[in-house]
Amino acid sequence: MHIIVCIKQVPDSAQIRVHPVTNTIMRQGVPTIINPYDLFALEAALSLRDIVGGEVTVLTMGPPMAEDALRKALTYGADRAVLLTDRFFAGSDTLATSFALSQAICKIAEAFGPPDMVFTGKQTIDGDTAQVGPGIAKRLGLLQLTYVAKIASLNLDAHEITVERRAEGGMQMLKTKFPCLITMLEGTNEIRRGSLDDALRAARSQIVKWSAADAGIEDLSKCGLRGSPTVVKRVFAPASRAVKAVQIDTADKLLRDLADELIAAIFARRPALEHELAFEGA
Amino acid sequence: MSSVNRETPPHGGRAGMKKDLPERFRDYRHVWVFIELERGEVHPVSFELLGEGRKLADKLGVELAGVVLGPTGEASWQAVAQAFAYGADLAYIVESPLLVDYRNEPFTKAMTDLVNSYKPEILLLGATMRGRDLAGSVATTLLTGLTADCTQLDVDPDGSLAATRPTFGGSLLCTIYTLNCRPQMATVRPRVMPLPQREEKPVGRVIQYKLSMLEDEIVTKVLAFLPDTQSVKANLAFADVVVAGGLGLGGAENLQVVTKLARTLGAEYGCSRPLVQKGWMPAERQIGQTGKTIRPKLYIAAGISGAIQHRVGVESADLIVAVNTDPNAPIFDFAHIGITTDAIRFLPALTEAFTRRLSPHSRDKLAS
Ligand SMILES: Cc1cc2nc3c(=O)[nH]c(=O)nc-3n(C[C@H](O)[C@H](O)[C@H](O)COP(=O)(O)OP(=O)(O)OC[C@H]3O[C@@H](n4cnc5c(N)ncnc54)[C@H](O)[C@@H]3O)c2cc1C
Ligand SMILES: Cc1cc2nc3c(=O)[nH]c(=O)nc-3n(C[C@H](O)[C@H](O)[C@H](O)COP(=O)(O)OP(=O)(O)OC[C@H]3O[C@@H](n4cnc5c(N)ncnc54)[C@H](O)[C@@H]3O)c2cc1C
Repeated sequence: MHIIVCIKQVPDSAQIRVHPVTNTIMRQGVPTIINPYDLFALEAALSLRDIVGGEVTVLTMGPPMAEDALRKALTYGADRAVLLTDRFFAGSDTLATSFALSQAICKIAEAFGPPDMVFTGKQTIDGDTAQVGPGIAKRLGLLQLTYVAKIASLNLDAHEITVERRAEGGMQMLKTKFPCLITMLEGTNEIRRGSLDDALRAARSQIVKWSAADAGIEDLSKCGLRGSPTVVKRVFAPASRAVKAVQIDTADKLLRDLADELIAAIFARRPALEHELAFEGA
Repeated sequence: MSSVNRETPPHGGRAGMKKDLPERFRDYRHVWVFIELERGEVHPVSFELLGEGRKLADKLGVELAGVVLGPTGEASWQAVAQAFAYGADLAYIVESPLLVDYRNEPFTKAMTDLVNSYKPEILLLGATMRGRDLAGSVATTLLTGLTADCTQLDVDPDGSLAATRPTFGGSLLCTIYTLNCRPQMATVRPRVMPLPQREEKPVGRVIQYKLSMLEDEIVTKVLAFLPDTQSVKANLAFADVVVAGGLGLGGAENLQVVTKLARTLGAEYGCSRPLVQKGWMPAERQIGQTGKTIRPKLYIAAGISGAIQHRVGVESADLIVAVNTDPNAPIFDFAHIGITTDAIRFLPALTEAFTRRLSPHSRDKLAS
């Protein structure tokens, strides 16, 4: 079985700071990581490969330094890594991203064999749209399984797959055919540590690097800014509320009195609450 | 990768480009809202979107339509009636046994066929799992722009949709346009927009549309639906009162100060993200950017610093009360009432004081 996993290199958002004056993102020195949601996709793919055999190819579109993310994925045990990188991809929105990635997947199919499954993460922590997975599926005409919590069973002969899919208010048990695209739900597994062998192999591995032309993309008007119907016009920090919280003075007061004072302050602002709470409370 | 370019568009780049709508999109008109029908009930996010859609349609001087895709019969027509009650001028309905359970294939087909036939300029969907699954497929099929998780929708003087959304875990906002394609699509998370007034109205103009698909053409089958057990269904998003605890509570053994206060108030309880990561509370109780967005009448936050990712999930609460030992905690920047004290000791006192104040005895006093 050939499985392709799409991963994105993202800034470690816990460490992003906003410039207090210019309101722009200060990226300098912000470390990059594999989008955390993609690790659940990668682990699901690796475990599947371990059971049924085959290969896992990781694919990313990004700047040259996205190679780091791919190498990291190899240390976890991926068999092959493909970096799609070209200045023509700069400024891609999700539509242009899914175009480029789907073209690269076609090229991977040609070069290394057609995929039986494509995995993506649920969403990224920077763009955070959850749109690229469904976009790739639609462009490649793959059946789409989003928010998959568990792959319940696989019938290799019939090309059938059953999954548990998270839905509003419950789990859907879905049966479909592969090739298909799966977006993996977070928290459904834990990425393996990767063996020493994998680490050594990752360090030696040649990463496949493709430009738009290498990937067979002829129509550059579908790539990057030109291929993106959406445009970001303004980026700004949320306005801070003009007035700060009114502080209840705590000096020399008993907890009991303090509590009464707080309740009085709450009901003074929201008189209706008192009756509602009296009604609702036990 | 693209984000660097997106923040600082190159000079003469697309962000500076004039909007020039191709001829074939010029007759796209009206605002549509996808009415999410699940197991006989409409997801409230659809009503919230009708409220927003109403404002957009009024500004544009166009009609607001609800789009119901559902099973044949009663439930779908109920949903149509509700769409009118929450502000729609007309409704599109596609009834089919193929649309009983949500599946990507028939829903994408129904929605894209409708759009291609009736040409809306704006299409809004809830950023639920179902809405996101559908929106991504529909936008890619139509090759149009889709803005995710918007927190603010508006129309520019030239009539284009200005969709504002948080990014980078909520630390920044950006406004996004769909320049030369139609419809302009956007998703909005539940509880981000207020629920509009419901107004009983007769069902108005309804356009019925037939799904041109057969069950045999659909590969994906729903084998079963396993509803969540009650304990998983924390009703945080819709609670009127929410009490939440953060790392300031020090340890799992202190969480009971939060749950006890919540019980006394008939409230739901929740937490900041680190508590979920530590395994002190289940994930569905997490409040914030990557958890639940809440809009309660009263929110009490104890031992929560007020990081931006937490803030975006609670900011639409009517009244925010923060209990924190640090007078400079960022939560006091957006709370309404602050109290600088140890939450572990204060919350039990507050619980007791509420019990006293709300007991039947004192209620009688209040009435007299
Ligand atoms: C501030 C800001 C706001 C934005 N808002 C929007 C918007 O509303 N609409 C829009 O269309 N675009 C938007 N974009 C652009 C969007 O972030 C990019 O198109 C990005 O390349 C992919 O989208 P995402 O990060 O949201 O991915 P998601 O759709 O959230 O990612 C889902 C999965 O797809 C895979 N994936 C995503 N990107 C790659 C990649 N480059 N290589 C390999 N696999 C990948 C991963 O498996 C990932 O888990 C925005 C960008 C910025 C900087
Ligand atoms: C991509 C991303 C997404 C995220 N999503 C979310 C999200 O959805 N929700 C979320 O909550 N966080 C989220 N976070 C995490 C967020 O950045 C913060 O780390 C988190 O909210 C902090 O939790 P906290 O306030 O409980 O802890 P801390 O920041 O450690 O704050 C503890 C507070 O308790 C106070 N304190 C200490 N002792 C006491 C006491 N005895 N009594 C009263 N106060 C006391 C301290 O003064 C301090 O202000 C996200 C982060 C990232 C990077």
